[in-house]
Amino acid sequence: MFGWIVTRDLKLAWRGRADVLSTLFFFVIVVSLFPLGVGPETQLLRAIAPGVVWVAALLAALLSLGRLFANDYRDGTLEQLLLTPQPLYLVVLGKTFAHWLVSGMPLVLMAPVLGLQFDLPPNVLLMLFISLLIGTPVLSLIGSIGAALTIGLRGGGVLIALLILPLYIPVLVFGAGAVDASIANGNPQANVYLLGAVLVLSLVFAPWATSAALRISLE
Amino acid sequence: MDWSNALSMGGYGFYVWGSYLTSLILIGGEVLLLLRRKRKLRQDSQDLHD
Amino acid sequence: MSHRKFNWYKYASPAAFYPLAGKLVPWFAIPAALLFIVGLYVGFVIAPTDAQQGDAYRIIFIHVPAAWMGMLLYVLMAVYAAIGWAFNARLASMMASSLAITGAMFTFLSLVTGSLWGKPTWGTWWVWDARMTSTLILLFLYIGFISLQSAIDDARRADRAGAVLAVVGVINVPIIYFSVQWWNTLHQGATIRILNKPSMAPPMLAAMLIMVAACWLYSIAVVLVRLRCIILEREQNAALIASAST
Repeated sequence: MFGWIVTRDLKLAWRGRADVLSTLFFFVIVVSLFPLGVGPETQLLRAIAPGVVWVAALLAALLSLGRLFANDYRDGTLEQLLLTPQPLYLVVLGKTFAHWLVSGMPLVLMAPVLGLQFDLPPNVLLMLFISLLIGTPVLSLIGSIGAALTIGLRGGGVLIALLILPLYIPVLVFGAGAVDASIANGNPQANVYLLGAVLVLSLVFAPWATSAALRISLE
Repeated sequence: MDWSNALSMGGYGFYVWGSYLTSLILIGGEVLLLLRRKRKLRQDSQDLHD
Repeated sequence: MSHRKFNWYKYASPAAFYPLAGKLVPWFAIPAALLFIVGLYVGFVIAPTDAQQGDAYRIIFIHVPAAWMGMLLYVLMAVYAAIGWAFNARLASMMASSLAITGAMFTFLSLVTGSLWGKPTWGTWWVWDARMTSTLILLFLYIGFISLQSAIDDARRADRAGAVLAVVGVINVPIIYFSVQWWNTLHQGATIRILNKPSMAPPMLAAMLIMVAACWLYSIAVVLVRLRCIILEREQNAALIASAST
């Protein structure tokens, strides 16, 4: 079931790939806006880079969340999925995984390239990559709760943002903290471990909360 | 009771009285809005029963 | 020996609780008002001027109670919401919705008073210390809960969706608080400013505790009044829907 859901969602994402690419472009644009806002001074840019890239990743993730359940809801598939004998937890996990592959992974791959705009050295670019690699699945997992709660509601993306951004804060702190630590030639490991712990917790609890939210939204 | 002292609060009058004024506005505002909500409900319920 | 068992469950229905709540309100509202007066009297007339902070410290008599109420009401809100969800108890869910607004108000108040306390004592209007930052995030959590419930028309869906959000929120609060503390220590290079309560002479402590009690009683009164409004509103909506479908 898990595999089937992932394959299906990936196929659907491929068909609507313009949608998917727009998230990536949003990420690139937002990151590029900051130098325009604060000036091109390299010291400053290097200092703000981790926070900027991470916040942009958060915002891009938020934007992409609407897509997680909306299409299936609209054509009735979501209701069907709720009725299958398979545990809803697996269905949610599958959809979230596919969502991450499509919306999160491109950000992870793009980030080091963007890091060059901020004149970050290679070891920092690596930490940027690693922190986002661990962090973006968490964004999808926690975000799925918000997406499930707001199915069919007006207010759209802004409402999801209001609900989910406070919950994203630990991810932001640990993720950007890891990159900051590697800039200061400090020890990024603590942050990475904490990020990993958050990932594990999210893997266990988030799909459960999302399933509950789906049932509530669809009855 | 030294009133001039009370008003100036050792020079911090703006901050201290500002805080309490804000508290008054927020708490009073909450109560007023709530009473208004109650009044509106009573109105609506009368209209419904007409 | 015969016991007349008092059936509490009859008050679990909104219709039955409505008149009870109405009778209870004055028992909380009037003592609250009295305690506010007593607390402020002790705080301003009896408590001495602080050695380090001068008279500016007197802000704590409203700042600390407001902060505590903000946190306490959030936990209560989550508990009631969870009960309403788990036991399908409408009244508990309505209680959660009522608590949210008062809790948000107190949280906002604690931010404003904290800011007004920080400026004279530490020099800046805003201090990114763990407590202030966590309070700000708490306000966001309240706003999220209130926004979600406002966006959903169906009462039961709003109740249950709010419950999921509140439970997720309350579980995350320790994690968020920890991450903010962590973030604070990470950036040790920047000046750390902690809004410290002055060492408390007995009248100061007494005033603060009296004000906490006052805010507590006030909250109960206000939340009960709002609960009654919510009960009525839902009844009216149900009546409207019923009359529209006949």
